[in-house]
Amino acid sequence: MTLTYQDLVNQAKQQIREVDPARLEPRLEDVTILDIREADEFDHGAISGAHLVPRGVLESVVGLFATDLDQEVVLYCAVGARSALAAQTLQQMGYSNVASLRGGFNRWKDEGLPWHPPDSLTAEQRARYSRHTLLPEVGEAGQVKLLESRVLLVGAGGLGSPAALYLAAAGVGTLGIIDFDVVDASNLQRQILHNVDRIGQPKVESARETLTALNPDVKVVTYNERLSADNVLDIFAEYDVIVDGGDNFPTRYLVNDASLHLRKPVVHGSVFRFEGQVTVFDPYEGPCYRCQFAEPPPPELAPSCAEAGVLGVLTGIIGSIQAIETVKILLDIGDGLAGRLLTYDGLAQEFRTLRVMRDPQCPACADEDHPPQLVEYDVTCAHQGSVARVA
Amino acid sequence: MTATVRIPTSLRTLTDGSSEVEVPTGQVGTAIEDLTTRYPELGERLLGEDGKPRRFVNIFVAEDDIRFLDGLDTALTEGQVLTILPAVAGG
Repeated sequence: MTLTYQDLVNQAKQQIREVDPARLEPRLEDVTILDIREADEFDHGAISGAHLVPRGVLESVVGLFATDLDQEVVLYCAVGARSALAAQTLQQMGYSNVASLRGGFNRWKDEGLPWHPPDSLTAEQRARYSRHTLLPEVGEAGQVKLLESRVLLVGAGGLGSPAALYLAAAGVGTLGIIDFDVVDASNLQRQILHNVDRIGQPKVESARETLTALNPDVKVVTYNERLSADNVLDIFAEYDVIVDGGDNFPTRYLVNDASLHLRKPVVHGSVFRFEGQVTVFDPYEGPCYRCQFAEPPPPELAPSCAEAGVLGVLTGIIGSIQAIETVKILLDIGDGLAGRLLTYDGLAQEFRTLRVMRDPQCPACADEDHPPQLVEYDVTCAHQGSVARVA
Repeated sequence: MTATVRIPTSLRTLTDGSSEVEVPTGQVGTAIEDLTTRYPELGERLLGEDGKPRRFVNIFVAEDDIRFLDGLDTALTEGQVLTILPAVAGG
């Protein structure tokens, strides 16, 4: 006996559960919704929170979205036919709580239920970011969010290089980079944004060339200037997250104090010889840099990398961790490093996590209504980091 | 009865290159006194002239900053690790 398409659909509908749009809508947050249509259909609109999993790949990737065979999964297509067949298949795969949306997305829209307009991923972007969108924690919506995000990198050096490269590759739509230095031969042992042909060129220009070549989706905004008390607030205001890869204490404290003014999260990384530290400063939610180190060390006790050396690969590890923390903040996923300091010892090959706490006596963030006065960059060392408050 | 002090690379020139130093258990303060006897310059880096930990070096017992425990009176027990964490700014 041969069966027509309609026979197959009717048979499937008798073997599976269908759910009405109006009954599903109040429970969207509790259910895994899979849109099994093709990408071009999805582009014209979809139910909020649905994951695009075209019918052709459903069986092979459903496990990424529904890890538990007992979890509730609702499939939908345009009218509820393809999704009925797909639900039947998932039942055969052992999914015990699967349903098909009765009438599909068309009926959903006809009933006036909420849906979101097309995602802005182009076909090229869908190909480029496919390994991201496959991750349920990212998905199409997350990728769109990354493309709409704005991240500022303080420093285009050892830490800024890997961080910028990975953030650009990830499709963070706008990357600001501030650095007033030019590329020097001694940078190339670790600063992988730059190359031999760029020696003498401003680092931000070299960074722009590298990042744009890697991903033309990314708009690179360059600031070929020194971060100072005069410009820091205007620049920071344009961004969602600040990645601190500076190479000196005055900049670190300026970044911290300005982030408190604007309540911008700072992904902090620092390196010295074979050791690195990474953490996230989430203003007034977790500790700030001054909670941890209220004052910078005197210059004679704070040799720079130029004086003491740094293993090039180390900056790759620490800068990459800064990139992953930044992506997590932008997507609001995972457990961030706010309140935790990750230390890395390259010689011992050890990571350790230390608890860092908000200091109720912190000179900078203890009084939320009075953020610290911005200390002029060039003279911070002379002030030994003493903090005055904005009245 | 000893605990272990981890010496960061930036301070190893002060401990003749040692990355770990054993100290007697008891309190953090007495452990630092012991360190200072053996490595006077290291002691100066950890404590100011007022005898308090400097504000650009943090001292952790296990995972916790002693400033949020009992400071130099924080207990240091057998096998615990005391971590010296200096501020570093390189990028």
